[in-house]
Amino acid sequence: MIDFGYTLTRDRQLDFDRGDFRYLKLVKSLEPSMDLCIGCGSCTATCSAGGFTDFNIRKLHTVIRRGDPESIKAELKKCMFCGKCQLVCPRGVNLRNLILAMNRAIEILG
Amino acid sequence: MDNTVIVIGGGISGLTAAGMLAQQGLDVTLLEKENETGGHLARWDRLFPDRKKASDVLDFAMKGLNNAKIVTGVTITGISRHQNGFTVTSPLSQYTASALLVATGFELFEARKKEEYGYGIYNNVITSADLEEQFKSGRKVLTSEGKTPGRIGFIHCVGSRDEKVGNLYCSKVCCVTGVKQAIELKEMFPASEVFNFYMDLRMFDRHFEELYYEAQQKWGVSFIRGRLSECSENPDGSIILKTEDTLTGKPLKMTIDLLVLLSGFVPSGGTRGISKMLGLQEGDDGFINSADQHSQNNLSGIEGVFLAGALKGPISVSEAVADARAAAAQVTCYISSIAVTHD
Amino acid sequence: MKPGGKRQIWDEYQKEIADDNYFYVRSCVRQNFFPGAEKTFFRYMKQLGRNVVENPSHTTCSGIGYHSDIVPFETAMTMVARQFALMTEAGYENFVTSCITSFGLYSEVLETWEHFPEVEEQTRIHLRNATGREFLKPKNLAHASDVTFKLRKEIADAGRYRLVNQDTGKPIRVVEHIGCHYSRMFPNKGVGGAEYPYVLVGMIEDWGGEVIDYPERRHCCGFGFRQYLVKANRGYSISASKKKFDSMKPYKPELILTNCPGCPMFLDRWQYAISEMEGTTYGENGQGIPVMTYEELAGLILGYDPWDLGLQVHQVPVEPLLDKMGIPYDPEKKFLDIDGNFIGKPKSPSFLKFY
Repeated sequence: MIDFGYTLTRDRQLDFDRGDFRYLKLVKSLEPSMDLCIGCGSCTATCSAGGFTDFNIRKLHTVIRRGDPESIKAELKKCMFCGKCQLVCPRGVNLRNLILAMNRAIEILG
Repeated sequence: MDNTVIVIGGGISGLTAAGMLAQQGLDVTLLEKENETGGHLARWDRLFPDRKKASDVLDFAMKGLNNAKIVTGVTITGISRHQNGFTVTSPLSQYTASALLVATGFELFEARKKEEYGYGIYNNVITSADLEEQFKSGRKVLTSEGKTPGRIGFIHCVGSRDEKVGNLYCSKVCCVTGVKQAIELKEMFPASEVFNFYMDLRMFDRHFEELYYEAQQKWGVSFIRGRLSECSENPDGSIILKTEDTLTGKPLKMTIDLLVLLSGFVPSGGTRGISKMLGLQEGDDGFINSADQHSQNNLSGIEGVFLAGALKGPISVSEAVADARAAAAQVTCYISSIAVTHD
Repeated sequence: MKPGGKRQIWDEYQKEIADDNYFYVRSCVRQNFFPGAEKTFFRYMKQLGRNVVENPSHTTCSGIGYHSDIVPFETAMTMVARQFALMTEAGYENFVTSCITSFGLYSEVLETWEHFPEVEEQTRIHLRNATGREFLKPKNLAHASDVTFKLRKEIADAGRYRLVNQDTGKPIRVVEHIGCHYSRMFPNKGVGGAEYPYVLVGMIEDWGGEVIDYPERRHCCGFGFRQYLVKANRGYSISASKKKFDSMKPYKPELILTNCPGCPMFLDRWQYAISEMEGTTYGENGQGIPVMTYEELAGLILGYDPWDLGLQVHQVPVEPLLDKMGIPYDPEKKFLDIDGNFIGKPKSPSFLKFY
């Protein structure tokens, strides 16, 4: 192989035909209320961890739906389990259990 | 002035208004361009939010026609005004009345104009109207290769809120149509995945938000906020979509088996034609302006000419029925020399 | 796929292309990568009885500098004005460009002058002060591929070969690629509009080939000027070409046809670069997919000698396609110059099979 001094950039599209949806399936079975999310962001806005870090619970749960579980593995540790997100959710998503479910999925699937 | 009225347009608004006017003892003639009345409603299967059969609503209106005269297959070539009212001419006949009720309605946006969406080019791209016809026929909705679709996509805002096709307005009812049809397809194919690609979800009327809730919770329909920018075709006929998942901020690529475009409203050819003949006031969006959107929404600003239904802009069936009845009441007042405006 | 759907769109985007008497302006860099292309254009225009002239003192339109953020728009407009002045002095009013970026720039300048006549006036003053020249705007602006498109049937009639595999009788499968500046800026200035341009499709169809539709058909090749010219950005730039190759691979194309200077350079050269960086090759037998410009393809159809067209300088070997089409060539003469002297043979690439 020759090194011309530059490298090829990988496609960063979310590819639904190549995503890993095992995590989504497992998390959904553990916490079905995740289907109710409308992406309003109330949870993220009030999140205790979100004020200090990049932790974005709305985005994390959406990303797992798109078959991209890699991004969430390190992030979940930042949640403090304060429960503010669940209090404020207008659709009644059981957010604390959702985080536990995502943790569980990572435990089981790696 | 006598008690004759001509209703132009035989869709749900025209039929409802004609029936109510006849019920109130007026001499009503309804003129319809096509060979059958019923307009768009006659081609739909079920209505939101309660999944009632469209034919039930149409039958109700038809039963209420009383002695209104229905004339179909009429092409109106001219309307002239005289001392006692109006004369409406067609190639074969002439009709006179003291008042006109214009209910010429809408057409669906021609999805072919969105070239990048491939309607009319790729086999597995259809519109919501095409889908509704398939529901009505009772057939299973299959791909053009005759297979059960494993993944179905709905695109909201096709031809609406789009500067490129010259329609800046929102067509209002397509969002809830998308949710309804998503549920209907999930009922037909429980194992399939259904994705709705939206910019905003307009769940504006009673029970609409609950329908959205049901779509998510009971049927597992996925809603992805991001507008379709282009699609292309795989060798097997499936469609590749390119959207952005705006909520994660990443471009998204997905292969689906069937793509449904939720086409919006545009003023119908009939509306544009009659508007020119009568000199009705057209808004920037091409729909007809009433004398006042709040307090005089059935008056046209021209004496003796009344407006009902979708010619004034996107509207749901229940609203069109209410609007038609309001228009009919105004016409009756006018005919009875009861003032319809107070200055 | 319903081909009728695309035909409707093509019917809606028609374009005025002049019949004869063209003033031609060349590309800055095309002759480095595709040396025979512009010469071939002159040759077949003459064969078909058309008059094309050029002025040796014409310059770059400066589109390459303008799009690399080096040349300001006022300068670019003045240089464009000078080109128009040369056309006016020669007594012509039909302007034909060799380069797609040029075409885009000329279109953009004319459109700007249309909406802002004071800017046109100012440009006239600049040109007068700088060179003393005066100019008239061309009555017709077209790209050389538009002109070739217009004459495609005449080329097919005068042609000796077709885009057909002589052994199997099947049409050659062709991917067509349109330069971004052709119709993306002004869709109504391109034949067929911006989403499904017809200018190269028309040529391929009338010359016997089959056009392939693949998902990334409308994707840019990645040239981008500022992106490619700076080495730090080059990987990002060529990744766009790689995306196109990966997407067209399952459709097994046998030829890529382009109408821009940058695009064929990219699509041809990067098959080599990608093969050296990753080991991946496209096309049959690891030989890559040959890339041609429309002049080169027209020249082949008309029976010109492949080495006169400059095909020996292509990175991806064109010989497999010539064999398929039944076009004769002398392998011995490939690396000889006009006087018959050997100019040297390039080293074989590691993965891309040379011929």
